Amino acid sequence: MSMLDARFTHRFPGLDLDIAFRAPAGITALFGPSGCGKTTTINAIAGLLRPDRGHIALEGCVLFDSDRRVNLPPRARRIGYVFQDARLFPHMTVAANLRYPSRFRRGAARDFDRVVGLLDLGPLLDRRPDTLSGGEKQRTAIGRALLSDPALLVMDEPLAALDRARKDEIMPWLERLRDEVRLPILYVSHSTDEVTRLATTLVLIEAGRVAHAGPLDEALADAAIGPHLGTREVGALVSARIGATEPDGMQRVLTDAGPMLLPPTGLPEGRELRLRILAHEIILAREAPLGLSALNILQAQVTQVQGGFVQLRAGQALLLAQVTERSVAALGLTPGASCHAIVKSAAIVRS
Amino acid sequence: MSFLGPAEWQAVALSLRVSLVATLASLPLAIAVAWLLARKRFPGHSLLSGIVHLPLILPPVVTGYLLLQTFGTRGPVGSLLQPLGIVFAFRWTGAALAAAVMSFPLMVRAIRLGFEAVDPRLEQAAATLGASRPAIFLTVTLPLILPALVAGATLGFAKAMGEFGATITFVSNIPGETQTMPTAIYAFLQSPGGDAPAMRLVMISIVIAMGAVILSEMLARRTARK
Repeated sequence: MSMLDARFTHRFPGLDLDIAFRAPAGITALFGPSGCGKTTTINAIAGLLRPDRGHIALEGCVLFDSDRRVNLPPRARRIGYVFQDARLFPHMTVAANLRYPSRFRRGAARDFDRVVGLLDLGPLLDRRPDTLSGGEKQRTAIGRALLSDPALLVMDEPLAALDRARKDEIMPWLERLRDEVRLPILYVSHSTDEVTRLATTLVLIEAGRVAHAGPLDEALADAAIGPHLGTREVGALVSARIGATEPDGMQRVLTDAGPMLLPPTGLPEGRELRLRILAHEIILAREAPLGLSALNILQAQVTQVQGGFVQLRAGQALLLAQVTERSVAALGLTPGASCHAIVKSAAIVRS
Repeated sequence: MSFLGPAEWQAVALSLRVSLVATLASLPLAIAVAWLLARKRFPGHSLLSGIVHLPLILPPVVTGYLLLQTFGTRGPVGSLLQPLGIVFAFRWTGAALAAAVMSFPLMVRAIRLGFEAVDPRLEQAAATLGASRPAIFLTVTLPLILPALVAGATLGFAKAMGEFGATITFVSNIPGETQTMPTAIYAFLQSPGGDAPAMRLVMISIVIAMGAVILSEMLARRTARK
């Protein structure tokens, strides 16, 4: 069932917005370049901007409808908003910031201890926002939004203002949020890395329009859509399970695409995980290659070709490989052709 | 208080009463006007700003004369208020009105700067957390402009304590009713042997002015720390 149904048009100087998508449970990433209308879209959904025309409903409750003249104010929409710049109240402690929504919404404070525990905010409660690091501010802002008793959480590039180390600090909290809090989340980002790690659904926005919307896994393995996420960063996600460890320490991994060998992962046998195989880390060969240093060679069949991007079916999984258009022609890589996919490396994204 | 004679003490007490009433009574209006000027764009914005600033630019005697014409017992507003028992002309309430009008632009300016320094994005965040507009104003905006509010009130109080021209023109210089410290000093200096009481009042003025500034700095520091 779709939790959020948003379709609206809005004219800006320099940008015509025409947005329509549905977001199911899980994390829906709004992905696109800067200035394409991502933030405007979530502002319209949260009620901070009134679109010219359209209809926005959350779990069957109409938030905005231009024809029926419905336009609920932000406070009545029950949408928790995590801003890029945290926006904590500087005259209140962390605890007072977290309890702020409970002044207006009955029941908003009942999860206080759980949210404080989930985000490890206990040691920060008596601090003032100006004494917090960027990562701590953002964690507090996420906690405050969760404690507003929301039906939907929207996050506007919550990691964009943080450096690499702070990003890595926050990311596991967001993953916990996705897995432990049953709350649909709209996540605005222009980072392929974040989207691949966090999202379950992808909404691709380009120049004010939705270019594609659907499950993230399918989009990442699609030769026509995947490259929009960045030609160097795109790659299919493959489900896998850790197998036995070889005498030399290499680990057998049973993937949906076939058996593979990985360098020591430190994970126990039987652990389920997700592998990300970047498109430019795959080499294609029509004949079974000999004398290669690469260990992982998967039997595959071409299913889709778009420019230099080739979608392959290997076992149960879809892979995406990036080669040159010249190679596509020289090897005769057309749908139906069988080939060997040589995987140079695979990264664990979820375990 | 043996240091001051009864006439001098009367002037000090009256000045404090007039200035406090003028400041406290005009503060809510000053907040409202400062908010309008800082946050809203509307036709007549510049006109409102001009009218508010007029007492700062006009000679105080002119302001006092206009007050007399408007709020005097035969003036258009004064004659309407008189049946209700509200009389300004030649009363201490008139001195308070003159002080309020004269200090109003200074208060508005200080508070307006406070409003302009508040990040409206914080108010937006409060709205997404369930706060209504009045609640946002009370829980976010007002606490954040508190230092500006204290500064504006202090400035207004100091201006009210020193107000002379408009007061003497509007309500004259009646001991015990409208004779504030500045007009008392003026009256003492006009009479023989008045140098000593005038000097004592001058010293009191300096002490009160310094006290007000130090108190407001302390309050501003405390609210900034909070």
